[in-house]
Amino acid sequence: MYRYDEFDHGFVTSRVAQFRDQVERRLSGELTEDQFKPLRLMNGVYLQLHAYMLRIAVPYGTLSSRQLRMLGHIGRTYDRGYGHFTTRQNLQFNWPALKDIPAILDDLASVEMHALQTSGNCIRNVTTDHFAGAAADEIADPRPYAEILRQWSSIHPEFSYLPRKFKIAVTGAPKDRAAIQVHDIGLELKRGPDGGIGFAVYVGGGQGRTPMIAHKVRDYLPEEDLLAYVEAIMRVYNLHGRRDNKYKARIKILVHETGAEEITRQIEAEFVEVKKTELLRLPDEEIQRITAYFAAPDLAPKPARSGAFEAAKADSAAFAAFAENNVTPHKAPGYGVVTVSLKPIGGIPGDATDVQMEVVADLADAYSQSEIRVSHEQNLVLPHVALDDVPALYAKLAEHGLATGNAGLVTDIIACPGLDYCALANARSINIAQDLSNRFGAPERQKDIGELKIKISGCINACGHHHVGHIGLLGVDRRGEEVYQITLGGSGDETASVGALVGPGFTGDQVVDAVETVVDTYLKLRQGPDETFLSAVRRLGQQPFKEALYGAA
Amino acid sequence: METRAPYAHDHPAAAVRAVRDDEDSMTETADANLPLWRNGRFEADEWTRAGEGEAVSEGPALLPLVRFLAERDALAARNAPIGVVVEPGEAIEELAPHLDRVSLVVLTFPKYADGRSMSSARLLRQRYGYKGELRAAGDVLIDQMPLMRRCGFDSFEVVNGPTRAQLAAGKWPDVPFYYQPTGASQQVEIPAGTRPWARRPG
Repeated sequence: MYRYDEFDHGFVTSRVAQFRDQVERRLSGELTEDQFKPLRLMNGVYLQLHAYMLRIAVPYGTLSSRQLRMLGHIGRTYDRGYGHFTTRQNLQFNWPALKDIPAILDDLASVEMHALQTSGNCIRNVTTDHFAGAAADEIADPRPYAEILRQWSSIHPEFSYLPRKFKIAVTGAPKDRAAIQVHDIGLELKRGPDGGIGFAVYVGGGQGRTPMIAHKVRDYLPEEDLLAYVEAIMRVYNLHGRRDNKYKARIKILVHETGAEEITRQIEAEFVEVKKTELLRLPDEEIQRITAYFAAPDLAPKPARSGAFEAAKADSAAFAAFAENNVTPHKAPGYGVVTVSLKPIGGIPGDATDVQMEVVADLADAYSQSEIRVSHEQNLVLPHVALDDVPALYAKLAEHGLATGNAGLVTDIIACPGLDYCALANARSINIAQDLSNRFGAPERQKDIGELKIKISGCINACGHHHVGHIGLLGVDRRGEEVYQITLGGSGDETASVGALVGPGFTGDQVVDAVETVVDTYLKLRQGPDETFLSAVRRLGQQPFKEALYGAA
Repeated sequence: METRAPYAHDHPAAAVRAVRDDEDSMTETADANLPLWRNGRFEADEWTRAGEGEAVSEGPALLPLVRFLAERDALAARNAPIGVVVEPGEAIEELAPHLDRVSLVVLTFPKYADGRSMSSARLLRQRYGYKGELRAAGDVLIDQMPLMRRCGFDSFEVVNGPTRAQLAAGKWPDVPFYYQPTGASQQVEIPAGTRPWARRPG
């Protein structure tokens, strides 16, 4: 893992001191809420329906056990005993008092964490594959590049007042678990013609009101040019992105209105100029220095097959489901990447109590090299677990409601906080997620349905990623009533697509039945258990689902 | 072109010192007659603005970009300093070939959250090598000023009352640990020996 040096410590401490002063000026009335707003946003403080919310950065979703334990401590001391993991691999506390926030930031700084750039019109927390550094299919670990981008973008003087927020994602594997094509900039690590490491660069993807899949502007960018190229993109965007309408201010609109070819030309022209200065060329020794922090842990050699693991599978159907869905192959034989589901049946997606955070921290110490990941699917991940240890780990997780074997299944639902917390929402999301989870919760049924990603947003800002849900639900307000529209066929992976609206929306009372109708239609029409829901929708189109939901036209 | 002192606050601590040395005069002079924050203190503005159609007066004259470009040959004959105001929507590239005739560039911030002039400032300093005064005008608030300085601004037209009060009190809310080179300011970036890509001089 990356460790702060003196410079990083100085930076964070100084930033906390600065924000403490700003909070004091707000509390004393010197700053109005309007003047305070951009300052608090850059420090991760939102004003929600009922209270301030603090969003803490978990850079590229990697946490140490010490850090996770501190998050548990903060949840217990300053919040109501829980936190909420988000789709940007971050953690939100929903109930902190403004006066306590500087103290929380001090606690975070003591474990090399902060809340910087988790909001505001700046470059946000860079996200990546939650299996980075562990997955068997990886070309290179994306986290060193995400860390370099994090450092470079921290309080960037030119790019802190962009037209709108800006999100970068990096994947190191061809199987895209980081949804890079729905980001402002998506980076895919790849080998170049010369055998070196570089990136395919995508620009202008996004969700929100106007979902768009990104355009590839570069098939191969050598790694030494990463910052120069990103700076070129940022400058084109900062100068030319729309500022007249908040809803048309993201780079996807600029790309769309300017045209992909012309925007590529502008970026390349700017890149030539930036590159000339040599200011941002990344020296190989610096890449090596950062990469060294992310060196693979020294795992004891193991046989590929674990007797204990296989025996536990044979012994318990619940464990077998956990092993099948929540344990992913590791680079090292005899090890697995374990997903700790924060989606218990009927629970609130992404929530974890202070005790649960501490338990996972302890288990990371015992079984996973003290390392934890946060996935954008709102689960936790223990990246380096010996298969021999999975049964014991599972038993401990089960004691704390953390052993649900549903990763990637129909009950592994992403939901935004919705009208229960959010000032922007038109509808509740959490209760719909809970109802769906209860409806589909039976293990045999989930297994039969197979891979199916349901994503729920409580308004068109799409924080619940409904556009890329295999089944997406969008909450809207229809004359004072919460209504949910259903989209089908979205995907955030390397075959990224935006889901299509299937027809008129359903009320909160009807929507769970409607989703069930969609799922049953799939089960009836699929070519076999190997044809996933997404594949079936892509083959069949909307028509059979429309007919099932609304009757034959 | 007049010469001016190097950045008064090459380091935040120096900025604070510069103000404190002047503290006595500050309380008397920090009023609207001294609209500029420059050289670590409030100073008078020696420039006269000439908008479209207005006569260009004697002495240092400040013109909009469009007018400057249209009349630049006639203006060059005046034998007095020329300044140019560039709005965020205007392309700084158009001014670039004429910078040797210009002693002041004013970049405006119609709203503090409009960061376009940050890019223009960096381009002026870094790409076009502009060495004259670079002034921020418009919605200039204290919390943006350290970032403006890093992009190359060295003077600030400050109207906002709380911002003026804080500057007068020696506040400069910088986080003096810079992760990225800008090539645009003369202040010391990050310590030697760490992050070579971040400290390369411009």
